[in-house]
Amino acid sequence: MKKWTELVPGAVVLEAGSSARFKTGSWRTFRPRWVPENCIQCLMCWLYCPDMAVNVVDGKMTGFNYDYCKGCGVCAKECPGKQGKKAIVMEPEGK
Amino acid sequence: MGKVVAVTGNEAVANALRQADPDVCSLYPITPQTDIVQRFSSFVANGQVQTELLNAESEHSAMSAAIGAAAGGGRVITATSSQGLALMWEMLHIASGMNLPIIMPLVNRALSAPLNIHGDHSDGMGARDTGWVQLWSENAQEAYDNTIMAFRIGEHLEIRLPVMVCMDGFIVSHSIARMEYLGDDEVKNFIGPYQKVNPLLDLEHPKSFGPLILTDLYHEYKRLQHEIMGRVKNVVLQVSDEFAKQSGRKYGLFESYRLEDADIALVILNSAAGTSKDVIDELRDKGIKAGLLKPRLFRPFPYAEIGQALRHLKAVCVMDRADSFGGYGPMFMEISSALYQADGEGRRPKLINKIYGLGGRDYMPGDARKVLLELNEISKGAPLGAVKEYMGVRE
Ligand code: SF4
Ligand code: SF4
Repeated sequence: MKKWTELVPGAVVLEAGSSARFKTGSWRTFRPRWVPENCIQCLMCWLYCPDMAVNVVDGKMTGFNYDYCKGCGVCAKECPGKQGKKAIVMEPEGK
Repeated sequence: MGKVVAVTGNEAVANALRQADPDVCSLYPITPQTDIVQRFSSFVANGQVQTELLNAESEHSAMSAAIGAAAGGGRVITATSSQGLALMWEMLHIASGMNLPIIMPLVNRALSAPLNIHGDHSDGMGARDTGWVQLWSENAQEAYDNTIMAFRIGEHLEIRLPVMVCMDGFIVSHSIARMEYLGDDEVKNFIGPYQKVNPLLDLEHPKSFGPLILTDLYHEYKRLQHEIMGRVKNVVLQVSDEFAKQSGRKYGLFESYRLEDADIALVILNSAAGTSKDVIDELRDKGIKAGLLKPRLFRPFPYAEIGQALRHLKAVCVMDRADSFGGYGPMFMEISSALYQADGEGRRPKLINKIYGLGGRDYMPGDARKVLLELNEISKGAPLGAVKEYMGVRE
């Protein structure tokens, strides 16, 4: 831990991208589970996720990054799924 | 070169702001300050400054925009009074916590309710704990000089803090008085170009302002803020010395008036100090050794220096143009603390507190005379009455 004499006045963070080191996934009580067979690759989940925790590779949703997913459930709420079946379901953590 | 003029306090301050030519001015009008930003807006419209003008939808937004612009890397000003300052409260702490040297004239005005537009110090005293540097001014000249010095003080690389320059609403802001302007070039050279510190608008070095800091480091950041506040006093003295060389006008942390050999004294801020000095001269002619101390730097408060300047007196009245309801007047609390800590070799002056002039009630020579004569009796052993008393109230 830094001493007060080592801090930057104004609490300015001088380094870009340092939030990558701050893993917000530990706050989660519910986790989103991807159901690939119901996924239509609309990427609404990626668009809505407040924490960039939806992994997208070559323009395709491939699952979640649980290091940063806070389990807010926004992706599951917004997911249109296929024929009324959601491609994201929220499950209690540790289940 | 200097130019002697007859102008209102607001006009004087608006011209100081023009001479500083800030990058951004975010504004929202409020009586009695409106005149400053109105005049400044015409300087912008007439091309006399290069400033970007932001018309905000409230004072909260005006201060928020000022914070954004200052974090972006610009020299930033705004101005306010009374309710406007109260509405800024949340953002005042953010400006100081982020070490952003925003310069803000505060034209002192009473707070509602009941609604009142006239001058008292309730607004500025309420902002005491916001982490802003506060300079107080007796007249248009001091408000102008303090505004110019505020840029040098706030922008000093050792502190980088927002500065509030206070003057009395209407009594100074709207009254025409003789004062002296410095030349535009003199001010420009004195203030110098703006030095950016960690500007956000620097794409080569991306950075973030306003992180979440919890139990692990918040306490340390506040310790750092305390440290930086502690450096202000020397910066103020250094800048004031340089200003004296430029202008011939000397300023310290406070003004002492016939204080060194005095037995009794008033401690009083801003315009009422002028009235009191006349009465002190009159009492001196009658052989009463009266003096006065007028604080200039109220935040950070120079406890040791003021304690030293007052400790030899027999009786002191601290005059407050604001009340801390349920407490003593805000200035009284500071003077009490200063004297308690001062080494008086077991002796310290008798201390009383008068609340005067709220909502712009006139402070007349007769008021000063009455208090000084009461102090004179106390200095000769008359018993103390109530510590805190409202003066000039219809009973
Ligand atoms: S639960 Fe919330 S944080 Fe996690 S992936 Fe979905 S939207 Fe993002
Ligand atoms: S919102 Fe649902 S359907 Fe759309 S990409 Fe994400 S998981 Fe697939």
